[in-house]
Amino acid sequence: MIKIPSVHYLAIAPVLIFFGASLALLVTSALRRSRLSATAATVFSAKCSLAVVVVAVFQWLYVSQHGASETISHAIVLDRFGSMATVAVALGTLLTILVARDWAIRTKLLGIENHILIMATSAGAIMMAVANDLVVIFLGLEILSIGLYVLVAMDRHRARSAEAALKYFLLGGLAAAVFIYGVAILYGATGTTTISTMSLFFAANYLLHPGLAYLGGALILIAFAFKVAAVPFHNWAPDVYEGAPTPITGYMAAVVKVGAFLGFIRVILSGLGTNLDTWRPLLFALIVLSTIVGASVGLTQRNVKRLLAYSSINQAGFMLLGLWAGTGRGIASTLFFVCTYVPVIIATFAIVGLVGGATDDQHDIESYRGLGRRQPWLGAALALLLLSQLGAPFTLGFFAKFSVVAAVMDAGGTTLGVITMISAAIAAAFYLRWTQILFADPEPDQARLKVPGATGFVIAFGVAVVVVFGIWPTPIMWLCQHAAISFLP
Amino acid sequence: MNVPAAWYLVLAAVLFGIGGYGLVTRRSALIMFMCLELMLNAVNLTFVTFSRTLSDIGGQASVFFVMVVAAAEVTVGLGIVVAIFRRRSTTSVDELSEMKG
Repeated sequence: MIKIPSVHYLAIAPVLIFFGASLALLVTSALRRSRLSATAATVFSAKCSLAVVVVAVFQWLYVSQHGASETISHAIVLDRFGSMATVAVALGTLLTILVARDWAIRTKLLGIENHILIMATSAGAIMMAVANDLVVIFLGLEILSIGLYVLVAMDRHRARSAEAALKYFLLGGLAAAVFIYGVAILYGATGTTTISTMSLFFAANYLLHPGLAYLGGALILIAFAFKVAAVPFHNWAPDVYEGAPTPITGYMAAVVKVGAFLGFIRVILSGLGTNLDTWRPLLFALIVLSTIVGASVGLTQRNVKRLLAYSSINQAGFMLLGLWAGTGRGIASTLFFVCTYVPVIIATFAIVGLVGGATDDQHDIESYRGLGRRQPWLGAALALLLLSQLGAPFTLGFFAKFSVVAAVMDAGGTTLGVITMISAAIAAAFYLRWTQILFADPEPDQARLKVPGATGFVIAFGVAVVVVFGIWPTPIMWLCQHAAISFLP
Repeated sequence: MNVPAAWYLVLAAVLFGIGGYGLVTRRSALIMFMCLELMLNAVNLTFVTFSRTLSDIGGQASVFFVMVVAAAEVTVGLGIVVAIFRRRSTTSVDELSEMKG
């Protein structure tokens, strides 16, 4: 007799909405005789993203009243940490869909495949963040990755797009195989794939021969390092960022980080949390390498998409700081960093996409010469977004960097704090060089860039978030702290 | 004759290693896909072995998920290879030199 587990639909509603909407679009477009208009699909996807945000708010309120719970035989968690991630992913999806629409019009690749794939991918990202079972995290990871492989290959006009997709596919497939092998080994060591049961097992048992558990945990750690592009597993990132259509690059940089980092936090701090001291040296190495290599190799890049790839490698190192700390404060600060990175990086890539032009390949840093003189608003917006990634005071990025470093110092990682701050100083050089080119004397006969409405909205949204919460970060900080409280056992 | 569980685990580890080695060293995209499949099947073998030694059904259930994911992954991968092949008539990843590095 098979027992059917009880299902708490509020917990899985965001995943259901995104995946259901994606399937509905797919089936409708297949059944209809006439082509479904891309505008209708955009409006529909945007509404679905907003619906997910609303559902996440209800989740938050429900958890505030009833406490965090597990459902579907402990496979999915309903907690504020997950709701926070859901909001971040849904916002990222909304912004990406708006940017991708203008990109599709510019490059004449109008179709609704983008919408279908982006929503399905987002469902995977949310699933990773709310999973309480390593196999469910694996499924989320694969739903996320498989959608992205296709999205990266979406630009039919450029050969690089498909090549980047193949590279991403082969390395992503390797990461997935390593991840699930780690899961299988941990399953052998602990007898379960459920994260909360695993943490109970580690708390209740002293392993005489912990080799198997360590091997499994290390494999999972490597796989996540691949996904978040931490050095030395970052080789794919610059090529894939360069080859992918620009809005998709922004989406990857934002939403994949949310899914992967929050899944990572659940595995490493909840499942393997009692052995955190074992993982700290590995995390230490990943952080030091990512921040230093990301910052220094970024200095040599002339293609802005590659530059932003190295910038995101550097940022990934900072996001890992909260995991190294492993405290409630660390979790809150990483959550803050990851969530606030979403609008900033998507807006940055929205501008990069505009400068990229109809062929989406004008990405040399020289294309930006004088942009800030010709179009002060656009130039100022990009400069602000870059300063936020740099971590300049009075921008959102400052509080993000400050909170992770403070959390690490608090947990006794002074060396780590100092090293990452040095890397931030190195990284400042390339952000500032870009800003300087932005406001250099313009080439005489350059056409003004047209800013379409939807992209303009995304850029304005990103800038507004950077400025408003840069001056007044308390609300987001409060949300992240409460999310971290309900997450810790 | 009763084969000890450790042998299956070693076999799985060896298969995983062969797959990983092939993925890193071979240059044909199709062979690389096969190596990926080999790695995932080594994982399945590990799952089933542990499921047997732990007398727990969870590991065997996981195998189904891994199989479905492997199939979905290769479908997409082959689609990408076909898209590249149309342009260049080759499946060797060495020919893909548009991007440095």
